[in-house]
Amino acid sequence: MPRLSSVNELEELRQDILAKRDPQKPCIAICAGTGCLALGCDKVITAFREEVKKQGLEGKVDIRETGCPGFCENGTVVTIYPEGIFYIKVTPEDVTEILSQTIIEKKVIDRLLYVDPTTNEKIIHEKDVPFYKYQKRILIGNNSKLDPKSLDDYIALGGYGALAKALFHMTPEQVLEEVKKSNLRGRGGGGFPTGRKWESVRDAPGEPKYVIVNCDEGDPGAFMNRALMEGNPHSVLEGLIIGAYAMGSHEGFIYVRAEYPLAVDNVRLAIKQAEEHGLLGENILGSGFDFKIEVHQGAGAFVSGESSALMTAIEGRVGEPRPKYIHTSEKGIWDKPSDLNNVETWANIPFIINKGVSWFNSIGTDRSKGTKIFALVGKVNNTGLVEMPLGATLRDIIYKIGGGIPGGKKFKAVQTGGPSGGCIPEAYLDFPIDFDELTKLGSMMGSGGMIVMDEDTCVVDVARYFLNVLRDESCGKCVPCREGIRQMLRIFNRITEGKGEEGDIELLEEISEVMRDSSLCALGQTAPNPVLTTLEYFRDEYEAHIREKRCPAGVCKALISYYIDPNKCQACMICLRDCPAGAIEGGKNLIHVINQEKCTKCGTCLEVCPPRFDAVRRMSGEPIPVPIPQEERVISRKEKQ
Amino acid sequence: MKEVTLEIDGKEVKVKEGTTLLEAAKTVGVEIPTLCYHEKLEPYGACRICSVEIKSGNRTRLVAACVYPVEEGLVVNTKSERVAKTRKMLLELMLARAPSAKKIEDLAYEYGVDKARFEKESFFCILCGLCVRYCAEVKKKNAITFIGRGTEREVMFIPEIASRECPSCQGCFDLCPTDGLRANFLLAQALTF
Repeated sequence: MPRLSSVNELEELRQDILAKRDPQKPCIAICAGTGCLALGCDKVITAFREEVKKQGLEGKVDIRETGCPGFCENGTVVTIYPEGIFYIKVTPEDVTEILSQTIIEKKVIDRLLYVDPTTNEKIIHEKDVPFYKYQKRILIGNNSKLDPKSLDDYIALGGYGALAKALFHMTPEQVLEEVKKSNLRGRGGGGFPTGRKWESVRDAPGEPKYVIVNCDEGDPGAFMNRALMEGNPHSVLEGLIIGAYAMGSHEGFIYVRAEYPLAVDNVRLAIKQAEEHGLLGENILGSGFDFKIEVHQGAGAFVSGESSALMTAIEGRVGEPRPKYIHTSEKGIWDKPSDLNNVETWANIPFIINKGVSWFNSIGTDRSKGTKIFALVGKVNNTGLVEMPLGATLRDIIYKIGGGIPGGKKFKAVQTGGPSGGCIPEAYLDFPIDFDELTKLGSMMGSGGMIVMDEDTCVVDVARYFLNVLRDESCGKCVPCREGIRQMLRIFNRITEGKGEEGDIELLEEISEVMRDSSLCALGQTAPNPVLTTLEYFRDEYEAHIREKRCPAGVCKALISYYIDPNKCQACMICLRDCPAGAIEGGKNLIHVINQEKCTKCGTCLEVCPPRFDAVRRMSGEPIPVPIPQEERVISRKEKQ
Repeated sequence: MKEVTLEIDGKEVKVKEGTTLLEAAKTVGVEIPTLCYHEKLEPYGACRICSVEIKSGNRTRLVAACVYPVEEGLVVNTKSERVAKTRKMLLELMLARAPSAKKIEDLAYEYGVDKARFEKESFFCILCGLCVRYCAEVKKKNAITFIGRGTEREVMFIPEIASRECPSCQGCFDLCPTDGLRANFLLAQALTF
């Protein structure tokens, strides 16, 4: 492919690509993202390719390996275009039938359809699935329409059109002004106005200037950056090149964590393609603007997502934060002005340039514009990636899109913003989610992680879990973060082991305050958030653990016991056989008793006891009744009398 | 270079742009405690014991005086209640790591750390990094370094370099605010040299 040296040539290429494509030709789009890959999508793809050959359908049907469409729980997901028929949990065994039935006969295969858990209705088309129907999929929507390894696919969808517009119809100042007016705020967590950051980099003295993509996504359960980087790398590149043009930068870095091998591969390929086509490198599209990109793989440190730590890592040193009293926009990589934005922030740029400020400002709330991708996980029916306009409520996301809580359980809290965020209780389900509202609730947007918890979750245990994550992920440089986390964790371990004391809650609050006030970087400053929000909204649970040695959710093992009710036990032997610790004594026609000394509190007995007997109880904070005497344990069954 | 005027503990201070709050405070005789700071080394901002409260506009916040550069019109309070409370907690945390370090004990006494609410741990080292930075910045030998992350972070002599360089140098020993370094060295010598 010759280098494109003008806007016209780009447009001609697009027309060429489109002319060769028939929109009515059947296309089988199969998710080839990491989530579906874990569920075996590679085997499904191979099966489709082989079966197409076998059935002589070559040339009559396209197979497209796409990025992640977000509905990971139901992988491998397959969408058949042009109809948009949506199949879930597809395995290689389904392939022959899909080709013969759906592609040739145009019939829908019922058993592969998604069933709405609330109405039990089978849904045929992707656009009608509630998980998708209520979303606003601007950034992630293209993931299922293109093969991330194909530049042609991206160009066919109008790709690099925004770059051409910026380079040839706008000055760098106009691009900057446009981004400022769009009110776009950083999607990596801080929510800082992107335009203002760009402006300070542009105005900072010193050359060269660097622009960087932050793809060091590390929050437990968050994978929106991965999906964009794997699924639509050219959209991130296009945003980055436009940003570089606006800021007067000629060198960029993409910092991707090494644990995202597919993202690394796809973005490297995208860079190569863009360079070959003259969309990257010297004299981009004949505009005279030069820009090159280097990919830097992270070595698996959460804290390296912090801007100064990330830049230190790019310099080739240990990724530790440094004091940021002089902003990285003035002194970043090698003390040169550096702009760091999240993957999702960059992906917004081509849309803002293409569709304009007023379009972008029409989405979202007063102070938070546009959409945000959330990683909806935990105790919710539909897990996956959800893109919503900012200002949508938690209820919309968890109930309308997420389909509510499984197993008829009650909602308890949702943790937003990862380990630095907070737990938000039911009372705030109707609050609009934007950067400022979440901060008001003591949590934060973070990168958009959303972990839903049901009534069986112990919030004390949750706070302990997040502190445990941070214990390993703090860099350990400053005292408040390193030692504060260590001591808080000690206190949490004590509380969950039933050794909590009066004053522990106050001590946690005291440490939290000092960490917030005096830690070196945002990791330490926000580390107490899960503790402080759970203390604010669920203080009674902490008190129950400490004062009554009771875990209300029945989670903390040291505070719970299992007990078999002798009036209900039918001596059926099921729990006795399944107990992995051999802790259940009894026999046929002999009522079972749990030996509390041996019991490891795994809960197997409760799970396996037939619901019609309902004999096993989980207890917390109350004494276990004394076992009934041996002679009273014999059951004489009626039929045997 | 431009001169900047600010206020520290009620005193007017005029210093050159780029000066840190710690250096500025020294010029008017305001003492700010430090543990990881050394005038010969790059400011590090890790122990946070030099935290002071600054006011710009209506906002007050804590910053580390050893790294924060002066700003025109800044109002700095080095002895506010918030500062004292923070230093007290930081010392309490450090004392739990290095229970018998004289320098920390003295500071802890000064800030009224009366009870040991945290379980003692015998690390003997508060990870101020003076030794690591001295070896890297002044001696340019890198014979001692940090390893591990988070709560697992520790200081370690690199046997290949340390066995060659340290016996004749030991320049970092006197910088150590605890006795941990000497012990660490002897242990490294016995086990790995």
